[in-house]
Amino acid sequence: MAVYTIAFFAHAIEVAFSVRNNAENDQTKFDFSRTERSGRIGSAMMTLAFILLFAGVIFRGLSAHRVPWGNMYEFSITGALAFSGAYLFALKKYKLRWLGLPVSIAVLLTLGTAVTLLYRPSAPLVPALKSTWLAIHVSAAIVSGGVFLLANAVAATYLILDRIEEKGPRPAWALRLPSLEVLDQLSYRLVAFVFPLWTFAVIAGAIWAESAWGRYWGWDPKETWAFITWVAYAAYLHARVTIGWRGRRAAWLCLFAGSTFLFNYVYVNIWGTGRHTYSGL
Amino acid sequence: MSITPELGAVGFLRWIWRQLTSMRIALILLLLLGVAAIPGSIFPQRSQNPMKVQEFFTNNPQLARWLDRVKIFDVYSSPWFSAIYLLLFISLVGCVLPRTLEHLKAIGAKPPLTPKFLDRMEFHNDLDQNPSSLDVAEKWLKKNHFRVRREANSISAEKGYLRETGNLLFHLSLLLILVAVGVGSLYGSKGEAILNVGERFINTPTSYDNITFGKFQREGSLIPFSLNITNFVATYDPATNAPTDYKLTVQSANPIGSKPITRIIKVNSPLTFASTKIYLQANGYSPVVTVRHKSGKVVFSGPVVFLPQDGNLTSVGAIKVPDMKPQIGFVATFLPTADRSAARGAFSSYPEVLDPRLLLSVWAGNLGLDSGVPQSVYRINTSKMTRIGLKALALNQSYDFGEGSITFDGWKSWVNLQIVDDPGKMYALAGGLLAVLGLLISLFTRQRRIWVKISDRVEVAGLAKNGVPGLKEEVEALVKVLKG
Ligand code: HEM
Repeated sequence: MAVYTIAFFAHAIEVAFSVRNNAENDQTKFDFSRTERSGRIGSAMMTLAFILLFAGVIFRGLSAHRVPWGNMYEFSITGALAFSGAYLFALKKYKLRWLGLPVSIAVLLTLGTAVTLLYRPSAPLVPALKSTWLAIHVSAAIVSGGVFLLANAVAATYLILDRIEEKGPRPAWALRLPSLEVLDQLSYRLVAFVFPLWTFAVIAGAIWAESAWGRYWGWDPKETWAFITWVAYAAYLHARVTIGWRGRRAAWLCLFAGSTFLFNYVYVNIWGTGRHTYSGL
Repeated sequence: MSITPELGAVGFLRWIWRQLTSMRIALILLLLLGVAAIPGSIFPQRSQNPMKVQEFFTNNPQLARWLDRVKIFDVYSSPWFSAIYLLLFISLVGCVLPRTLEHLKAIGAKPPLTPKFLDRMEFHNDLDQNPSSLDVAEKWLKKNHFRVRREANSISAEKGYLRETGNLLFHLSLLLILVAVGVGSLYGSKGEAILNVGERFINTPTSYDNITFGKFQREGSLIPFSLNITNFVATYDPATNAPTDYKLTVQSANPIGSKPITRIIKVNSPLTFASTKIYLQANGYSPVVTVRHKSGKVVFSGPVVFLPQDGNLTSVGAIKVPDMKPQIGFVATFLPTADRSAARGAFSSYPEVLDPRLLLSVWAGNLGLDSGVPQSVYRINTSKMTRIGLKALALNQSYDFGEGSITFDGWKSWVNLQIVDDPGKMYALAGGLLAVLGLLISLFTRQRRIWVKISDRVEVAGLAKNGVPGLKEEVEALVKVLKG
């Protein structure tokens, strides 16, 4: 059941995204009116893929009779879901289609890694993971992560374009991208939007830790890095709001904060030694 | 002009204070706190894993001594880490308290005066002169819940005060959390006790295997409750041998002697008495044995706690019988489900008791219990003993080792209870929730001002804090109304 589901949605997404990639590649021929349609197809495919992936995650949960957030394979597919969900959400509001290509590549890489390297058959949870707070904590953390990474993608785009514009006018392929100010503002909006959610995720984690281990905070590596991420984003918000950092410096700080999140996810899960590392990733 | 040394000192302090409460320093402190937390996630910490620290010392003694000097193994209680967060705490107080007072004053106050030159503001609009403009504008602004300040020929309006309220709530909540953490560590206690099913626990310091108190906590302040451990059930997944559920049933009486109540403790649902919580931390098996002297007299009888070594609960322990001459000790391994392979010898293949074995090596001599040096209850120092027998027992079997005999009568489960009293916890939780609430309020409230001014023409302009979007539409709407 699980294997079938995974094979199914992995393939569906492969196909959907390759269509998406083709669509985007067409746009590099600079004839925007001609590629408008392929861009739209890409967005539609993105939405379809999101729905399929969503179904896949649900099935994973059903086949294991629990929330599908027990190991790294499951975190990864849900994370990819959150990331593309964040993209789709912002797509409407901020005309974000230009980000489709990098987003789809990142999602494909994550899913590829998840399916090949991290896959584990679905299994019940160890007792410490059986908690409503786990579901709340992990879902909040995953959604925050998706948006943080999207903010990172925007900040990175900002830095790349900034470098390009320094040398001269934008090349044709970049004409479609929004202005630097819009990018700058967008990454800030994204962070400001999810920072409360991330704060909540950390608190939910503390509540769970309190009921499972008898202390709400123990400087376990995972907790430590969640704290570092929180502090880094708080510093980012302060730098923007109170000192008035904009542009390049803010973008670098945003990238730094986002990388602490990724580091927590990759490094601490795989090589860490804390209590958050449960067997079999 | 000369400065007296006194003034200099005061001036210096004032300068320090101003620096400390400046946003730039707060930002640096914030980043510094993040960076300072990193080593604790890379190097093993005494508070979490003393064994790993020991290991590190054995592997790199030179490096370890150096790192220890800068408290790398106790990062979160080190002076430098404490210094950073104390400075941040002071900075936060110095920053937030004055702003809170200011904000309280501002709540009743009117929006600031209209600036002289509106054309420098965003969304500046020029309209034709119209005498009723101000009245129309005032009506519209009030309808849209702006705070309005009407002057002779201008209006200054503001909306979104809640943003600052939320922001202050957030920062004050952070202070609350910091205070709560302090209270918890100064007034709390934390201990552990290992109990066999069937035993009784009374909450006094001597009942614990180990207990630590906060600096200001007194020993007599433990809540007077007792627990009877009536049942413990562990269930496992037969496919992976991984545990799926632990369920501990107790009879609790609070205070001691009152009518007992049956309660269930699980891994994620501790038992609570006021600010004290009782957690199920670990579990294992205690084989039950009877040791008889060769004369037939029973010299030892009961369960002995063994320590699990692996996921299938292969457990090792020591049975000490000092009341025999010579003294007898059994170095033993308990296998809940015995199995055997050429490579590993005897081992346990499932964590539940399906086919138990007790593997014994019998030692005679001096157990060394009166030497004054504390001994592990799970180990025997066999340096002054000789081995006189070796045996694997199935359930209800006995083994005669010459000096006497041992019978494997059965087993019991034991549980390790962690008992924690943290009076600061609820405040920390409240602080956390208020912090989120404050953040939501401040990040989702748009604070903005709109001005309308009449001179030879009518000017409309706006200003949004942090350049949040949406004001343009509002100004346009107002302009439309004014144009009629
Ligand atoms: C633990 C440390 C801190 C955290 C996590 C934190 C977090 C935040 C956040 C999330 C905001 C909201 C930003 C926004 O409105 O977009 C903010 C605003 C602010 N913070 Fe902090 N803060 C901390 C410490 C401090 C300290 C020490 C000070 C004072 C020196 C300070 C002064 C301010 C001020 C003045 C604002 C107002 C921004 C505005 O104009 O709305 N904060 N802080």
